[in-house]
Amino acid sequence: MAEVLVLIDHVAGQVKKPTYELLTLAAKLGEPSAVYIGGADGAAGAAEAVKGYGAEKVYVIDDAQIKGYLVAPKAEALAQLAGTASPAAILLPSSAENKEVAARLAIKLDSGLITDAVDLDESGVATQSVFAGNFTVKGKVTKGTPIITVKPNSAAPVEKAGAAAVTPFEVTISDAAKTAQIVASQPRKASGRPELTEAAIVVSGGRGTGGDFSAVEGLADALGAAVGASRAAVDSGWMPHTFQVGQTGKTVSPQLYVANGISGAIQHRAGMQTSKTIVAVNKDEEAPIFELVDFGVVGDLHTVLPAVTDAVKAAKG
Amino acid sequence: MNIVVLVKYVPDATADRQFEDDFTVDRVNVDGLLSELDEYAVEQSLQIKEKRDGEEITVTALTVGPQAAEAAVRKALQMGADKGVHVVDDAIAGSDSIATSLVLAKAIEKLGPVDLVVGGLASTDAGMSVVPAMLAERLGLPQVTLASVVETQGDQIRIKRDGDVATEVIGGTLPLVLSVTDQSGEARYPSFKGIMAAKKKPLETWSLADLGVDAGQVGLGAAYTAVEETAARPPRTAGEIVTDEDGSGAKALAEFLASKKFI
Ligand SMILES: Cc1cc2nc3c(=O)[nH]c(=O)nc-3n(C[C@H](O)[C@H](O)[C@H](O)COP(=O)(O)OP(=O)(O)OC[C@H]3O[C@@H](n4cnc5c(N)ncnc54)[C@H](O)[C@@H]3O)c2cc1C
Ligand SMILES: Cc1cc2nc3c(=O)[nH]c(=O)nc-3n(C[C@H](O)[C@H](O)[C@H](O)COP(=O)(O)OP(=O)(O)OC[C@H]3O[C@@H](n4cnc5c(N)ncnc54)[C@H](O)[C@@H]3O)c2cc1C
Repeated sequence: MAEVLVLIDHVAGQVKKPTYELLTLAAKLGEPSAVYIGGADGAAGAAEAVKGYGAEKVYVIDDAQIKGYLVAPKAEALAQLAGTASPAAILLPSSAENKEVAARLAIKLDSGLITDAVDLDESGVATQSVFAGNFTVKGKVTKGTPIITVKPNSAAPVEKAGAAAVTPFEVTISDAAKTAQIVASQPRKASGRPELTEAAIVVSGGRGTGGDFSAVEGLADALGAAVGASRAAVDSGWMPHTFQVGQTGKTVSPQLYVANGISGAIQHRAGMQTSKTIVAVNKDEEAPIFELVDFGVVGDLHTVLPAVTDAVKAAKG
Repeated sequence: MNIVVLVKYVPDATADRQFEDDFTVDRVNVDGLLSELDEYAVEQSLQIKEKRDGEEITVTALTVGPQAAEAAVRKALQMGADKGVHVVDDAIAGSDSIATSLVLAKAIEKLGPVDLVVGGLASTDAGMSVVPAMLAERLGLPQVTLASVVETQGDQIRIKRDGDVATEVIGGTLPLVLSVTDQSGEARYPSFKGIMAAKKKPLETWSLADLGVDAGQVGLGAAYTAVEETAARPPRTAGEIVTDEDGSGAKALAEFLASKKFI
């Protein structure tokens, strides 16, 4: 069976959940091989982690020549690996950087590219959600090695023992690939909450919060949820841009999305419309967000949310 | 210095967007416009020019798209771009990202030595966010993408970007491909003067033959991906909506969450 390469999503060797989802999808297409690009010290931990999700091989690419630069060296490394492994497909977790890595890789390998898949079947047909979530498109790569970036929450990770044979892979990075350099980097402070795109529950606030997110954060913490925001809230400087849900922010597809003081503009819907259950609290009964909801409360978020938070805490004991 | 700004013509996101029977986007029956996210690319291109007062700088707006896509170039000219190029050819219809980037790359090569190619964060129709990276690969250039702040000096560029795990400052040396986000600063509206001036600005129309691209390399038939099915998402059935009175809304919501096993 041909290998299917899965790029591991990790921070310093700590493997993130979307990697397991991709390994699960990869097993439908062939034999999953995980690809670790990172520091040597994180490799063993990453290999151990992916072993539990069916990775037969773990290619380890030392990032000494890669980190500190953008995109291009990673694309070169993956192209060289694809040259020797001849994979049936290459799957990458959908992130801004990985989509660009995939873009360069597609040109290098003269192969087709599908981005932001939300599902993948045995025959390589990928499902995408397009036009603000209003359409579902099914498509397939028909030339070269299919390169597919997959969104978080696209599959339920299936635990399965793999051999996870660690295979170091030497790459040669050209000088040309090292011309855009990271000059300074300020790591984001950990919020202690789940990652927005991976969370099972997202509680968001918009302009209707008036800048006070405490009620939104209170409910989020009671539910163990991530916090999101509309662009109006971000543009007002109330929340950092990384919290933005929508067309120019994150697309989320959680089990539960709670929109508070958000009107429901098309660009916001684009980022949350495929959530399984949608709830809104808005004081305007005419707000378009109510067209989407499974349950809506017409009311003031500053009184409704604290009361719901208390009820959640009471129920959880 | 030569700056090429990439402007895509897209169906209006607030209109009722549809697919054709061959699964390509209906670009005729739905009103189109310059992708709003490319306005930011035009804005940053113009700001670079303005900040480098005294230098000879040309900003060229480039689009690949159907006849009507000329409107995207016109808008960029009205905003202040110096000249425009519209690549249009029936054979291009239905192109995927691979073919689109090929045509854009050939057009950029034809424009002569370019110092900076500036694109948007994503198109507002397909929104793949891949074309700038593909162009960088095809043109053999570095890329600095998703900038929220852009500064240039001589042949050096510095950008700031807000990534998921870190806020980064990235440096590069021109020529390169740049993309900017909607956090990079409001785009200007065309002034009356700008609208009048745009009428006299050069706007060239190129075909595939002008670029030396074989029609067999582009379009639906040459795509590296095939769409097999498109389906409108079933409209969400309206749920239950309650009006809060003295805490009744919170109680009902808590009960709903419990019934769905969220608490
Ligand atoms: C190219 C482009 C890209 C965009 N991308 C995004 C994106 O990624 N994400 C995004 O969100 N937007 C995006 N937008 C902006 C979008 O069009 C809307 O402007 C934005 O979503 C509005 O945010 P909002 O709902 O918080 O604010 P508003 O539309 O002002 O709505 C505020 C709501 O709060 C309610 N409210 C007020 N006070 C209270 C209260 N005390 N209790 C309860 N409810 C209250 C009001 O009734 C109202 O419905 C984009 C726009 C463009 C043009
Ligand atoms: C619903 C849908 C799904 C699609 N899925 C795929 C797919 O999975 N794989 C695939 O290969 N193709 C796909 N396509 C086709 C692809 O979108 C187009 O080929 C498109 O030209 C390139 O991608 P983009 O619009 O996503 O651009 P993006 O990469 O999002 O655009 C980024 C920037 O590049 C510039 N740019 C992009 N296109 C042009 C242009 N024509 N003229 C000038 N500047 C431009 C703009 O500055 C823009 O802001 C899809 C199209 C649709 C409508």
